[in-house]
Amino acid sequence: MTDTSETMIQRYPFSEPDRLNLDPRYALLRRDEPLIRVRLPYGEPAWLATRHADVRTVLGDVRFSRSAAIGRDEPRSIPRQIQSGILSMDPPDHTRLRRLAARAFTVRRVEELRPRTRQTADELVDALLAAGPPADLVAHLATPLPIRVICDLLGVPVSDQDKFHVWSEAIVSTTSLSAEQAQQYLDNLFAYMGGLIVQRRQEPTDDLISAMIRTRDADDQLSEEEMVQLAAGLLAAGHETTVTQIPNFVYVLLRHPDEWARLRADRGLVPSAVEELMRYVPLGVASSFARYAKEDVEVGGVLVRAGEPVIASIASANRDETVFADADRIDLGREANPHLGFGHGVHHCIGAQLARMELQVVLETLLDRTPQLRLAVPESELTWKSGLLVRGLTAMPVAW
Amino acid sequence: MNAEEETTAAGWRLHVDPTRCIGVGICAGAAPEHFVLVEGLSRPVADRVAPAPAVIYAADSCPMEAILVSDVDTRRRIAPGS
Repeated sequence: MTDTSETMIQRYPFSEPDRLNLDPRYALLRRDEPLIRVRLPYGEPAWLATRHADVRTVLGDVRFSRSAAIGRDEPRSIPRQIQSGILSMDPPDHTRLRRLAARAFTVRRVEELRPRTRQTADELVDALLAAGPPADLVAHLATPLPIRVICDLLGVPVSDQDKFHVWSEAIVSTTSLSAEQAQQYLDNLFAYMGGLIVQRRQEPTDDLISAMIRTRDADDQLSEEEMVQLAAGLLAAGHETTVTQIPNFVYVLLRHPDEWARLRADRGLVPSAVEELMRYVPLGVASSFARYAKEDVEVGGVLVRAGEPVIASIASANRDETVFADADRIDLGREANPHLGFGHGVHHCIGAQLARMELQVVLETLLDRTPQLRLAVPESELTWKSGLLVRGLTAMPVAW
Repeated sequence: MNAEEETTAAGWRLHVDPTRCIGVGICAGAAPEHFVLVEGLSRPVADRVAPAPAVIYAADSCPMEAILVSDVDTRRRIAPGS
């Protein structure tokens, strides 16, 4: 194995996250060396794919597997290795589990939630306006909106949010929580959801948890534990992602006043603006969830051997200049935009349509209510989260 | 081949609506024997198939509801479910 000697292995991620800036090494790799050997903080060495076409292959091609990571020392950013749950599964087991929830997240079902989401956003902006200026966009809008939407959809009492919002950090934590605390939070989240499922089985309502129970009880191939983990994952993912992306999107827009003015002048651009911001904002600090080759596969001109893990960089794929013209420039009117911000293949984000709708509603609400929105502090005073898998602001003081 | 023989050989019809498909690739990953991505969008490998749970799962998993599985004979919708 001379071609994979230690000296050729680069440390990954390449650098500490710097706000929403992408490490310039990705551009060089896409041009010169689309597949390299990397070592993550934990686990065995891996290949890193950086081009759009290669990332799609790794995430979408059935010759790559997630379940093959079970029993291996998976390359990862956290000491703990997750060896169960939907992200450790391949079809057909994966499909059987995902289908419990998938029907609730179709574009048609999500559209039914739009009017109520807009109403909630308006109420939250009322409170934001009453609190300032200045007032914190993270605390007043970005955090409570996605939590209320996912609670409504799942049938989780929003009054319990102080509990599960704390526990949810465990799914995106790298060093912000100790390993023991992260495990404790996950256990709490699963126990909470398990209790709610017991309750709903006795007294079904018309929420998603009750629907999942009905489907699962008709299909005895799924375990109770699998359903509990899926429901808890939906609750946690429902907030740790959109909660973080809302301030990220607003931050980018306020740093590009021409684009914000363009959006204000043409509300029809909101859907394409959300797609462009999904492409442009590298939400993840680094890629994870390696895919293992089930057979020899050529990726980016390199032969990946059966059994080897590959990490796919979505952030890099989204800046691939062979796919996106002027890829480092933000263009809210960009027409063809096959970004991979929600992933690709069977593990494509189940909440993608919901997140799109929420992000569109937030932009429309802010355009309507606070067209003169601006940062209330110099950009250098903004504080960024650390020790997490995602990039985001801890607070965002704004004025209007 | 008349309709009766078609039903015997292949009871379900697969259709992917190209105006709805956004190429997320769930179907091609979950049922690769039935769906393939061509230039970024999904297409059925064959539009007549023998009944198989995998195509129902694929249609039920599509976030855009772009996949329609129907009975060749009765034209009744098999999936996605409501």
